[in-house]
Amino acid sequence: MSETPPDLTRPGVSRRGFLQGSSAVAGSLGMAVGAAEAQQAEPSADARTIALTVNGTRRHVTVEPRTTLVEALRDTLGLTGTKIGCNQGQCGACTVLMGGTRVNSCLTLAVMAEGTEIVTVEGLADPTGDLHPMQAAFAENDAFQCGYCTPGQILSAIACIEEGHANDAVEIREYMSGNLCRCGAYPNIVAAIEQVRDSEQG
Amino acid sequence: MRSFSYSSPGQIGDASDAARESGAQIIAGGTTMVDLMKIGVIAPDALVDINGLSDLEGYAVAGDRMRFGALAKMSTVADDPAVIDAFPALSESLWKAASPQLRNVATLGGNILQRTRCPYFRDTAYAQCNKRNPGSGCAALEGGETNLHAILGGSSACVAMYPGDFAQALIAFDAEVVVSGAGGERTIPFSQLHVQPGDSPEVETVLEPGEIVTEIVLPVVPAMANSTYLKARDRESYAFASASAAVGVAMDGDTVSDVRIALGGVASVPWRATDAEDSLRGQPLTEETAREAGRIAFETAEELEGSAYKIALGADVVAGALMQVKSRMGGE
Repeated sequence: MSETPPDLTRPGVSRRGFLQGSSAVAGSLGMAVGAAEAQQAEPSADARTIALTVNGTRRHVTVEPRTTLVEALRDTLGLTGTKIGCNQGQCGACTVLMGGTRVNSCLTLAVMAEGTEIVTVEGLADPTGDLHPMQAAFAENDAFQCGYCTPGQILSAIACIEEGHANDAVEIREYMSGNLCRCGAYPNIVAAIEQVRDSEQG
Repeated sequence: MRSFSYSSPGQIGDASDAARESGAQIIAGGTTMVDLMKIGVIAPDALVDINGLSDLEGYAVAGDRMRFGALAKMSTVADDPAVIDAFPALSESLWKAASPQLRNVATLGGNILQRTRCPYFRDTAYAQCNKRNPGSGCAALEGGETNLHAILGGSSACVAMYPGDFAQALIAFDAEVVVSGAGGERTIPFSQLHVQPGDSPEVETVLEPGEIVTEIVLPVVPAMANSTYLKARDRESYAFASASAAVGVAMDGDTVSDVRIALGGVASVPWRATDAEDSLRGQPLTEETAREAGRIAFETAEELEGSAYKIALGADVVAGALMQVKSRMGGE
């Protein structure tokens, strides 16, 4: 395996990485960003058009093999409700439903999602604008402050109940552990999920 | 992420041929692979997506051998009541790993091949990493932080820790893996799949180029039903093990007739603690014998400055897991 230069074309390069890196690493930043722009201007020869169903609508997107699902959703389809947090599968901000199950769209290559059904936060409210019960419960319970993690939290919460992993607060916390909230709204998120679970059972 | 080509063969022979090409890499769930590609630790020229090989998604726990297809999802197997009943340690090793989102995508075959979480392996700003860049040195051993590193099975070239949980349930119960490649199909004892770093930490398994894990097979034994996976970690959920243990026990009257102990979070490869098992066989299972087994499990440990805590923690985890199994048996 050969060593490769760090990918500086995306945010998320660690501060320590910069500090530990030699001046050669820091010096290559401008060049790397330039290369990224060139890549956007000239799509790779491997770019292909894939079909997937997003929020009930059949969509076609042209992606490179390295395009992640969240990039296709946000940058190509303009569905910016899905957020990029850590961009490495640790925070859950990018959670969407794929084929009915929750996944991290930042770790999913778009080409590997071909033919699947995707649900993002934009697909939750009904066409008249009425919020999904989980969206309403998040609002009623103050289950967010800054709101950045909220789309991922809501999709994960819907799946948590659907999977049968919302039987008590302990289980909810365990099965929501893939969604971080740096505002610390966790108790209210648990309350929102319990409220929806109870209303569905009633 | 560096550009690469992508193919998704529908036949295992075609997938194996494609994966044998120089610079090619198999991808299944991709939860480790895409992460490592993003941070520049790996940069394959070609990805061979094997998710089209749907024959590999099935599994069966009935009969005298459990069989798990390599593409079965972690969440599917973890949540199956038949698995929870027949082999609780296996279910627990799966649901106590990663997050729900990752477990919905990650496959069993990919899970056993997950890469180390050594921070110096994962950060390409560090030039020294014998695993990532053979011959470059080891940033952990050359003055780095060593709290996440192996105290069993390491070498002077590499002390990276194997981070998996599921693998401990497998090695404790004599699993085998079936692999398919250019030479046809072969079966490898799970205990021989991973190789200790020695002088060549870049070599992590005995798999040949193009070989694809197709199935994991386990002989059913009574101790499986009396098993658990205990995992100590920095936070209560969604963290790698600081120390963990997969254990299973079968009793003959008041004495232990069969016992299995494997250790996670502490070794360079999946680790079976056979000396600790030997100390218990034929003995009563008490807090005293359980603690002695925990002590013996770490007798050969070689701690580094940061990882010394794992010896006491790991011994406690082994003893705790054994007592947990005992109390479950008593409750029936």
